[in-house]
Amino acid sequence: MSQNTNKIMAWIDDRLPVTQTYEKHMSKYYAPKNFNFWYFFGVLSMLMLVNQILTGIWLTMQFTPSAEAAFASVEYIMRDVEWGWLIRYMHSTGATFFFVAVYLHMMRAILYGSYQKPRELIWIFGMLIYLALMAEAFMGYVLPWGQMSYWGAQVIISLFSVMPYGDLLTEWIRGDFLISGATLNRFFALHVVAVPLVIVALVVMHLLALHEVGSNNPDGVDIKKHKDENGKPLDGIPFHPYYTVHDLVGIVVFLMVFCTVLFFFPEGNGFMLEYANFEPANGLKTPEHIAPVWYFGAFYAILRAVPDKLLGVIAMGAAIAVLFVLPWLDRSPVRSWRYKGIVSRIYIVIFGFNFALLTWLGTQPATELLTLIAQIASVIYFGYFAFLPLAPKFEKTKPVPERVTGGH
Amino acid sequence: MSQDGVNKARRTLLVGATAGVGAVGAGFLAVPFVKSWMPSEKAKAAGAPAKIDVSKVEPGAMVTAEWRGKPVYVARRTEDMLNTLEGLAGRLKDPENANKAQQPEYADNVYRSRKPELIVLLGVCTHLGCAPKYVPEVEPQPFDPNWQGGWFCPCHGSRFDLSGRVYGGSPASDNLVVPAYMFESDNVVVVGVDEENA
Repeated sequence: MSQNTNKIMAWIDDRLPVTQTYEKHMSKYYAPKNFNFWYFFGVLSMLMLVNQILTGIWLTMQFTPSAEAAFASVEYIMRDVEWGWLIRYMHSTGATFFFVAVYLHMMRAILYGSYQKPRELIWIFGMLIYLALMAEAFMGYVLPWGQMSYWGAQVIISLFSVMPYGDLLTEWIRGDFLISGATLNRFFALHVVAVPLVIVALVVMHLLALHEVGSNNPDGVDIKKHKDENGKPLDGIPFHPYYTVHDLVGIVVFLMVFCTVLFFFPEGNGFMLEYANFEPANGLKTPEHIAPVWYFGAFYAILRAVPDKLLGVIAMGAAIAVLFVLPWLDRSPVRSWRYKGIVSRIYIVIFGFNFALLTWLGTQPATELLTLIAQIASVIYFGYFAFLPLAPKFEKTKPVPERVTGGH
Repeated sequence: MSQDGVNKARRTLLVGATAGVGAVGAGFLAVPFVKSWMPSEKAKAAGAPAKIDVSKVEPGAMVTAEWRGKPVYVARRTEDMLNTLEGLAGRLKDPENANKAQQPEYADNVYRSRKPELIVLLGVCTHLGCAPKYVPEVEPQPFDPNWQGGWFCPCHGSRFDLSGRVYGGSPASDNLVVPAYMFESDNVVVVGVDEENA
């Protein structure tokens, strides 16, 4: 029996490198043995991507992408389609959990310096995924054609009006002189076909680049320096079966939280599905309080913090753009925050909480006090990137161990 | 160095020429795809002028009409309201209508209107396009303790006075747009046409 299997595999392998690919990426991909909690969020992001694609395909089967029928077709999915409510809530809750996983995944990279040499391209691909994901989420939120869909689109598309030829550009994006059915239809096409294709391709590049240089770890040490007589890293364990089984635990816990929100708080208290969006789009009346869904809050808070249209848009763009050059801003000789100086360690923690604060501020109405707090938080956000290149000049790092610490 | 009969210079030229022609072709092919995103003929045709009956607008009140799918505000200001306008200059970004694109010539005055009491504004925030809310009461507001009446944008907190002029400290940089308009009769305003583009 097994001899026959071997023969079949050999026949296939002569024609398609199945075994070789499986070994390179799974059974002989050596990952550091000291992965901790933070290392779950890569695989969890992928899980959510699969969830979004699967539920998204099912939603397109019932959704009608036109200004006249979109809102009613979403209500039709919620009320009349069998299990339609579940598939739609899986999709809307999935968007939130996708961003939760991605933000924690990015914070992990910041903590342990996973973007540093030689992993710059992994970080760049990751940032491109993040950018595509924001476009994907924004266009997806427009599709139900509620009040917040409409006015969110109005605000985001107007951001482009500060560019040269801005009026022409916004007309081109909308396909009309105002947000209309033309806008909805093209966003549908981009949301279900174009951007998902780009995201999947980028995820492949992200993983290929990762498997070329190998995974970083909480100590930020290179496990390829110490190998046994067979050339296997001493501190590495094969991804399969060790990390596949290990990740299953994380997936189960994550899905427990996911299902709790999905079944008990599908609207996320107005942070995930905003109340104004249960009213059909009305181009003549802006909702009382317009705010983005929570995962755009931080950049929205930065936009609002600047009392000038052009500079506000520039600040918001810069807040995203500066992340792309993070690998070249961090001049520290060590990767992991564990061995960085005390100021760096404190600032990393502040940076994380500050981002959470900005996210919250972006969902709140603009009062004088909150605007002032947003301005301070914006300075702290950008300050981190100004601080990074300077840190090695005045800060001593701790000695990095030869081998990884901890682990299983 | 032997070239095995290969003329590398010619090969480079041919590769370059092929790539060049291919790039030009791709450029031409991109045109229909890019142009198909522009507003369609149907969308362009939907821009007819809008007539608004202002006879029922009480002093201090505002009505919202639709023109080209966008909200148009018509407010009838009281004598008291008009008297506040002159004194606000110090708090505004553009009190003198320096940005001429924001209003037609006949509205280039402190009232930003043809008739002092009746103002016609495009209800589109010059920041990011939301519809500002009409808050005519002169009383302290959460967004401005010294509020003199005007429009407040709920999206990003831009503030405008009763002439649609933007307050300092707002994210918006320009005054609200006064569209082209004319009076068909004392009580009917036509938005979208005036003497110049009838």
